[in-house]
Amino acid sequence: MLEFDRLEIRQDDFALTAHVSIPRGAHLAIIGPSGAGKSTFLAALSGFVDPAAGRIVWDGTRIDGLAPAERPVATLFQDNNLFPHLTAARNVGLGLRPNGRMSARDRVEVEAILSAVGLPGMGDRKPGQLSGGQQSRVALARAVLQDRPILALDEPFAALGPALKAEMIDLLHGIATRRGLTVLMVTHEPADALRLGGQTLVVAGGAVTGPFETGPLLADPPAGLRDYLG
Amino acid sequence: MARGARPLTVAGLGSAALVAALVLGTVIAVFARAEGAGALGPADWAAIRFTLWQAALSSALSVALAIPVARALARRRFLGRGLLITLLGAPFILPVIVAVLGLLMVFGRAGWVNDALGAVGLPSVAIYGVQGVILGHVFFNLPLAVRLILQGWLSVPAERFRLAASLGMGAGAIFRTIEAPMLRAVLPGVALVIFLVCTSSFAVALTLGGGPRATTVELAIYQAFRFDFDLGRAALLAVVQLAVTLAAGALALSVAVPSALGAGLDRVVRRWDRAPGWPDALAIALAAAFLLVPLAALVTRGAPSLLSLPPVVWAAAGRSLAVAVASAALCLVLTLPLAVAIHRTGRRAGRGLEVAGMLGIAASPLVIGTGLFIVTFPFVAPGAIALAVTGLVNAVMAMPFALRALGPAVAEVERDWSRLAQSLGMGGWARLRLVLLPRLRRPLGFAGGLAAALSMGDLGVVTLFADGQSATLPLQLFRLMGAYRMDDAAGAALLLLGLSLALFWLFDRGGRVNA
Amino acid sequence: MRYTVSMLALVGLAAPAIAQDRPVLDVYTYDSFTSEWGPGPAIEAAFEETCDCDLRFTGLGDAAELLSRVQIEGPRTEADVVVGLDTNLMAKAREAGLFTTAELTSPEFDLPLDWTDDTFVPFDWGYFAFVHREGFTPPANFRELAESDASILIQDPRSSTPGLGLLLWVKTAYGDEAPAIWEGLSDNIVTVTQGWSEAYGLFLEGEADMVLSYTTSPAYHLIAEEDSGFAAAPFDEGHYLQIEVAAAVASSDQPRLAQDFLRFLLSDTVQSTLVTTNWMYPAILPGDGLPDGFETLITPDRALTLDPEDVPAMTETALAEWRAALAR
Repeated sequence: MLEFDRLEIRQDDFALTAHVSIPRGAHLAIIGPSGAGKSTFLAALSGFVDPAAGRIVWDGTRIDGLAPAERPVATLFQDNNLFPHLTAARNVGLGLRPNGRMSARDRVEVEAILSAVGLPGMGDRKPGQLSGGQQSRVALARAVLQDRPILALDEPFAALGPALKAEMIDLLHGIATRRGLTVLMVTHEPADALRLGGQTLVVAGGAVTGPFETGPLLADPPAGLRDYLG
Repeated sequence: MARGARPLTVAGLGSAALVAALVLGTVIAVFARAEGAGALGPADWAAIRFTLWQAALSSALSVALAIPVARALARRRFLGRGLLITLLGAPFILPVIVAVLGLLMVFGRAGWVNDALGAVGLPSVAIYGVQGVILGHVFFNLPLAVRLILQGWLSVPAERFRLAASLGMGAGAIFRTIEAPMLRAVLPGVALVIFLVCTSSFAVALTLGGGPRATTVELAIYQAFRFDFDLGRAALLAVVQLAVTLAAGALALSVAVPSALGAGLDRVVRRWDRAPGWPDALAIALAAAFLLVPLAALVTRGAPSLLSLPPVVWAAAGRSLAVAVASAALCLVLTLPLAVAIHRTGRRAGRGLEVAGMLGIAASPLVIGTGLFIVTFPFVAPGAIALAVTGLVNAVMAMPFALRALGPAVAEVERDWSRLAQSLGMGGWARLRLVLLPRLRRPLGFAGGLAAALSMGDLGVVTLFADGQSATLPLQLFRLMGAYRMDDAAGAALLLLGLSLALFWLFDRGGRVNA
Repeated sequence: MRYTVSMLALVGLAAPAIAQDRPVLDVYTYDSFTSEWGPGPAIEAAFEETCDCDLRFTGLGDAAELLSRVQIEGPRTEADVVVGLDTNLMAKAREAGLFTTAELTSPEFDLPLDWTDDTFVPFDWGYFAFVHREGFTPPANFRELAESDASILIQDPRSSTPGLGLLLWVKTAYGDEAPAIWEGLSDNIVTVTQGWSEAYGLFLEGEADMVLSYTTSPAYHLIAEEDSGFAAAPFDEGHYLQIEVAAAVASSDQPRLAQDFLRFLLSDTVQSTLVTTNWMYPAILPGDGLPDGFETLITPDRALTLDPEDVPAMTETALAEWRAALAR
């Protein structure tokens, strides 16, 4: 269970409150109008924004206040997910060994996860030599290898085409289901939310609400969301 | 939020403290040894005024002339561009007297320019005087300005230019939207560095200034030591010099805005706007002629005696190389953590640290040397630490340049990658090894090359400690001149030029694979 | 590698190894004295043959920097003997109170004046003069120079021994008229350099008709380069005299060796070495006289000198005048 307990985030004249509970293993989309605070909310979970009040609790343990690396959260950002000067394998390996020193066994594991995301034998390439979709797969592989129970994604596939994006979400869904990961994915596409298959948090009007079942929510959106969805 | 990687920040604070101790501590040591507090006379105030206005003028001119050259170099690909960029750096790393001789062979009374003017019946131009000082300073500092500004251009990600191209922006629009903001971020720092280089100018002002009108503060310090043995006045002048630096530093930093340009992947910077080629070609050709012809004059003058140089010159060259490499390494070890600490400690404290990093250039080598001498003399024979002190002081003197090159790059790396590194839980050492060092290869190579070359050509502090047994190459060069052996001196100057350039090239190449 | 090691250690581990059983005589001098092309190496070899000691030269900048260094070190100095001060620095050196009497048995100096000082031992001397290339007709004095359009290179009196020499030359020759002379000279001066080397280098590169140097400079070109194309211009108001001196340090731990060395400086061996390495006149003419070529040099009719004790005050006045005249 991931709980946001009367969480308040303030930045200058921006304010957001969150009081929601998310069951373990849930796949949640986070949608809402641009500028409502989707990314900020996620950053509070990942540890890059300090909340002004409230608590974040995972399985009974308070995690706000911990350094990003100490939290049970693996994060994929909008961009800069891969170090351009390191090969795909070394980038992925960082998920396993943040100091970059991999053993032979680690290498096998990295190769395995690269195969699992559909990039067998591509470990020696640098990000610049990979397509956008392939880069996303490498980043996802690394996030999975970090072996954290929560996966926080901040529109990491936004730059991909619809087909590719659908493919990535399916891949994410499959991996997360097999491993029992709790997924929170920011998106601005209702289709993505549907595809992730599950529930949705709405960030609008200065508050995080939900989770709602995605299908009914999109069929009959509340007022704050309706304008955004159009 | 800056969790992790604390050791680097602490090391950065340590290196700022070391610089401050070296610069301020030595002034205090000199004061302490002085009899009486010392007082500034009218001649000293005249020197302060002259120093300030010539430095301001030289700095403004160097930067203004460097912009079109850097822009041309940034957007044109041509054969030999890399070599040209390296060669353009040469004047800055030359020992002053060597460079001045090169300038005079071209612009002097008996130089090529006046020969040419005379041949077509035109009156000759005089290099000596204020115009000479400015010419000399622009000659020395234009290359530095070009390199630092070029660095700024190369830090603009390729994606920006692609975006501009896709929007159909012309050269003017690209300048306004992409290049002008970059320049606004880069220029104040560049202008400050050059201003400070010029404030501590000594031999250029003296040799080309044409007389006591061109007395700089550094020269006044030298005279206070050497001529009057007035340690109090020397220390006081050193404090004035430091105050000027702090004021200039505060000013430049307050107008500099942090660069808001994003990062791109490691692709070659390409642009698609089709500006006419001739202004760029002209800018490059003029700069190359201005900077390279005097070097060519040095080569033609020194080449005949290069191979017949006496063995002591080669031995001195070996010593200088060792000192230069050690000094460059020390400079990077001191500067990188400082740059990181400046970025991580936030605006106010960061600025304080940045000023500390700049102190090296404002410090009078003479005061540092004398202060160190006073402090160390009771414990150790000066000759035994001559080379160590030379390496250390040269490293500190090169720090402001290294900081200029590293600072923006560190900020960029931190901004783009620190979240990822934090989220992965990379420790300080892993972050240094896997993120900072590889991402900073280009500026590290440049900074290291600069530090090595500057140390190679330095003839400041070593003369205070040297005992005549462990002469460096510049000192040996002076000895040759002092022994009437001008041809050998020209050969040694060429050797020095070659070694400095080779060192710079080796360091720089390591980091500038894509430039 | 040794230098890298000492760089890291930052301590004096790299001090030269010395045979412990032999006493060490530390001699401080200016840098060019000890360079490969100066008299230092030959003097060291010759003295060590007879003294059963280790003679260690320390070369320090020029004469004024040498004095500054000894002043900073004070009584703790390692120096046993200081070689290379001159008549213009003697008063300041005496005031520092670091030197002791030279025990010489009334030597017969060949100097243009009577030497009476018993602390400072003269070892060579020369006249300042403007040097020019053959084919150039030099002016006969400062007034003519000022009125001519001949170009000259001079050194800054505040940073150079010859520069200070020129300042005092003009002052002793013209007294209260010195400022007018300097004003007249200001359009002849191409530039004022930091030291002798720069000015002479510029002169050789053709930057001016004449350079301030010594009457003996043409001897170098004649003897060492077999080039007779240089001459010094005789000035009819006389030439300012520079006498280089050595002195024993009072706090020396080798007082006997120090005195031996002062005497040795006046020996034929050293005196004849100095002529063709320092390119100055010997303080005591060696038995076989001056080398061939010196007879071609000009010999001033009048030696201009100042009492060393008057130099500091005179310098202060003359420097203010010089600065005012050239600052226009």
